[in-house]
Parts: sequence; C-alpha cells; structure tokens
Amino acid sequence: MDLLEPFQFSFFTNGLIVATLAGALCGLVGVFVVLRGMSYIGHGLSHAIFGGAVASYVLSINFYLGAGVWGLVSTLLIGGVSRRRSIGADAAIGVITTASFAVGLVLISRYDSFTRNFEAALFGNVLGVTATDIYVLTLVAVATCAAIFFRYRALLFTTFDSDVADVFGVSTARTDALLSLALAATVISTMQILGVTLVAAALVIPTVIARMLSNSFGHIVLLSAAIGAASGFVGMNLSYHLDVSSGATIVLVCAGVFALVFLATTRGRRTMSARTS
Amino acid sequence: MTPSTRGRSEARPDELVTLERATCTYGTQPALVDINLVVHSHDYIGVVGPSGSGKTTLLRLLTGGVAPSSGSVRRAKDLTIGYVPQLETVDWHFPVTVNEVVLMASPTRRMVPWASRRERAAAAELLERLGIGDLGARHILELSGGQQQRVFVARALMRRPRLLLLDEPASGVDAPTRHELLHLLHDLNLSGMGIVLTTHDLNGLATHLPQLICLNREVIARGAPIDVLRRDVLERTYGAPLDVLEHAGMLLVVDAHGATATQRRVETASRN
Repeated sequence: MDLLEPFQFSFFTNGLIVATLAGALCGLVGVFVVLRGMSYIGHGLSHAIFGGAVASYVLSINFYLGAGVWGLVSTLLIGGVSRRRSIGADAAIGVITTASFAVGLVLISRYDSFTRNFEAALFGNVLGVTATDIYVLTLVAVATCAAIFFRYRALLFTTFDSDVADVFGVSTARTDALLSLALAATVISTMQILGVTLVAAALVIPTVIARMLSNSFGHIVLLSAAIGAASGFVGMNLSYHLDVSSGATIVLVCAGVFALVFLATTRGRRTMSARTS
Repeated sequence: MTPSTRGRSEARPDELVTLERATCTYGTQPALVDINLVVHSHDYIGVVGPSGSGKTTLLRLLTGGVAPSSGSVRRAKDLTIGYVPQLETVDWHFPVTVNEVVLMASPTRRMVPWASRRERAAAAELLERLGIGDLGARHILELSGGQQQRVFVARALMRRPRLLLLDEPASGVDAPTRHELLHLLHDLNLSGMGIVLTTHDLNGLATHLPQLICLNREVIARGAPIDVLRRDVLERTYGAPLDVLEHAGMLLVVDAHGATATQRRVETASRN
C-alpha cells in the first residue's frame, strides 16, 4: 500500500485539509459544550440545521445563509422554551430540533425534483467539498480560535461557575451568546464534511478523551483540538485506503482512541490503587 | 452596620453597600421584605435564619445578582466584591487545577489565556498565605474540605475585594477547618475588608461573630450575638422554640425541648 498515493489527487489533499481543520474545530468548541453538560445540543443543532439546509435549497437561497438563520432561530427557540422550568433544556432541544429535522424530511418528500444529494448533508462527503466550503470552514475556524483565545478567561469562568462569574464582573450573557454563535457556525461549516449524524460525535469524543488524560482545563482545550485534528487526518487517510465513508471513519478513529485511552486509564488507576493498598 | 435612615443620597467613604427598604420577590412570593442595611468596610456580619429565609437572596442583593422589586441598593463607587459560593454548588469533577481556579478571577483585563508573571506571583502569594502554597497544580477534587474552602477564598481575594461575601462557608467542613476560617476572616476584617456571611451553624460559627442579623424574609433582629441570640428572637426567626445557654462566656443555642438536659450536663461539666 502506497501511503502517499492519494496525495497526488487535489480532491484528496483538499479533503484532508478540510477533515483535519473540521476535526480540530469540533474538538476545540466541543470542550465548552461538553463541560457545560450540553453534549446533546450539538446533536440536536445539527439535526435542526438540516431543516434549514433543505429549506434554503427549496427557496433557492445560499446554503450558509439559510442554514445560519435557521440555526440561530433554533438556538433562540431552544433558549426560550427551556426557560420554562417545567420543560427543561434537554426536552426543549428534543422538541425543537427534531421538529426542524422533520421539516427537512417533509420538504424532501414533497419536492421530488431534488437534484442535490442530501445524503451528503446527512452522512457527510469530504471529497465533494467546494472551494466555498473550504473558505467558510477556514473563516469559521480562524474566528472561533480568535474568540476562544481572547475570551478564554471569561469562557472558563462561565463554563465552570456561571453564577459566580457574574459577581466577578464577567458578562455571562455575552459569553453564552458568543459560545452559541461559535457552536452554530461550527455545526454549519462542518455539516457538509462530517454529516448531520456525525457532527455531534466529533464535538463530544475528543473532549471526553482529553478529559481522561488531564485534569487541567487549559491542557484539555489543547488536547481536544489536537485529538480532533489527528482523528480527521488519520480517518481521512484510512477512508481512502479502505474505500469507506470518510465522515464515519473519522468518528470511528475517535471512538477507537477513546476505547484505548479508557482501557489504559482504567488499568492505570487499578495499578495505582493496588500499589497504594 | 447601622440602619440607613439618615435620608442622605451621598454615601460615606466606609459605606460599601446600602439597602433601603429593599424588597425582593420571586414570582408573587416575597423572598425579602423592606430590608434596611448599611454594610461598612469595618463590618463583619453573620446572617442566620432557617432555609428559605432569604439569606442567599440577601447576598445576591449585595452583589447585584438580583435587583430589588422595590426599594433601592446603593454601592460605593468602584466597589469590588469577592464571593465564596457554597461548596455544595461546586462541580468538583470539572477539570480545573487550583491555580486555574484562583487565576480565573484575576482582575486584570489581560486578553491572552495564560497568566502574566505578576498574576502568577499574586496567586502564589495568596495560596501561600492561606497555607496551600504547594497545591497549585493539584486538581480541586484531590484536596481536603478545608483546602477546597481556602481555594475559593483565595479566588475571591484575588480581586482584592473591599467586601467579601461567603455563602454558608461552614457547611460541610470540620471543626478545625471552621476555626481556621474564622481566624482568617477575622484577620481580613482587621485589614479593612467588610465581611458578610450566611450560616446555619449557630453554635460553631454564628456565636463567634461580632454582629448577627436574624433573618426570616425580614430582619427580625441585629446586633452582637449576646443581644440577638435570645429565646424570643430565635423563636420568631426559626418558628420553633430554641433556648440559649451561657457557659464560660460562650453562648450555646439548643432545642428548647432538650435544653433542660443540656443545662444539666453543662452545669455538671462546670462543677468538674
């Protein structure tokens, strides 16, 4: 097997760059999502935005514009509904996002004239990315990195202890809005690459792996982004050589690393407790 | 602490927060009614009362976390407030080291994620002063209850606050830790920091404080423990009969039903 063979194809090189960048971006944003106990929102938001993707095609408007507005409206609706204490955030996400996803499915079944392959949106198609997809992903990655870099302290304080952060002069409302925006932009820009069904895994798994490896928030942010990027790079190469779906392979690489780290850290803990007892 | 009845609009330099007829409601339920209170920089106040009496709401009024539905709250210009939350509300499994907890409250407007040399030195000095200088790299779950308490006090002090608020600092900590905390707060107060804390612990903490507020949605009484820890005041505050015994100059609050037996034990102990 020639490991360098696929690099002669520009579609593969582009796909590799995009998969690595998407993995790093999801890993980075995922830290704040997972540690706030909001893992489910990544899953829900990607499904909600699928409705926006289909609607924007039907209305002949730009995918990023339609999906962006739809994502924003979904986030606001989730926030509004979850403020009713009797409902709760997880149930609000369940209601809004599945309804939105269903809108997408209804539109697809109603308009048989679809020429666009929505399998790409559902399951991802790294090799089919356009130049616009690459520009948008790069822009979102740079903007998200900058936002996290410059607002790191506020994000850490708000994620750890939102009520007290307010007392210490941190604008938690603004920080929450920034995170919601970064999350929506991440889901929209990586959806075409990883697919609706797999974005959530790319958001959650790298952080979970990093959490098992470190107790420091700063280290977890760096580790999670690095694990996401490495999974994208390795998964993309594997998918070419095994001739299987790239999005699924990236997530399976992540899951494989998770299993290894889980076993290693569990065994490490057992050895330590055996030594101390 | 004095009632704010002077009717002045200008605050004296040592007045940190002034509540004037402040009322707070959650929905239609009043949490606090007509609270008049001035907290000075020399005050060291304990707020006692049963669960749901509005103790935490009072702290939130002081921090600005909630606004009064009527009445007013006035804070000194550029007032910095340090806040120590209840330990029970902390997510101990959150991946964060002691240093990260203390540095997250750094008052500088530094825009980069890593701390400056000056910030690291300030955090190290605080941790050293609180006797946990060698624990900076440890995860917060790896510490004892007393050490965990001091980490959050250190975070609050990182801002060099003029007013320090602590929500149930004695909850879940053992007696030696409570004593250490009392000494620390006493020293901070002597250095010119106003302190307000809430507590359920009448005997272990409240009786050792210079001033108390007995709260049950309204201020029932305020003053030195010897003046406010009286049977009638406690009954109005807690809605249950409580007796106060005095032994070697120390006050002991007991359930009135068990007071006779306790009194007998105290007297026996004094004779021995």
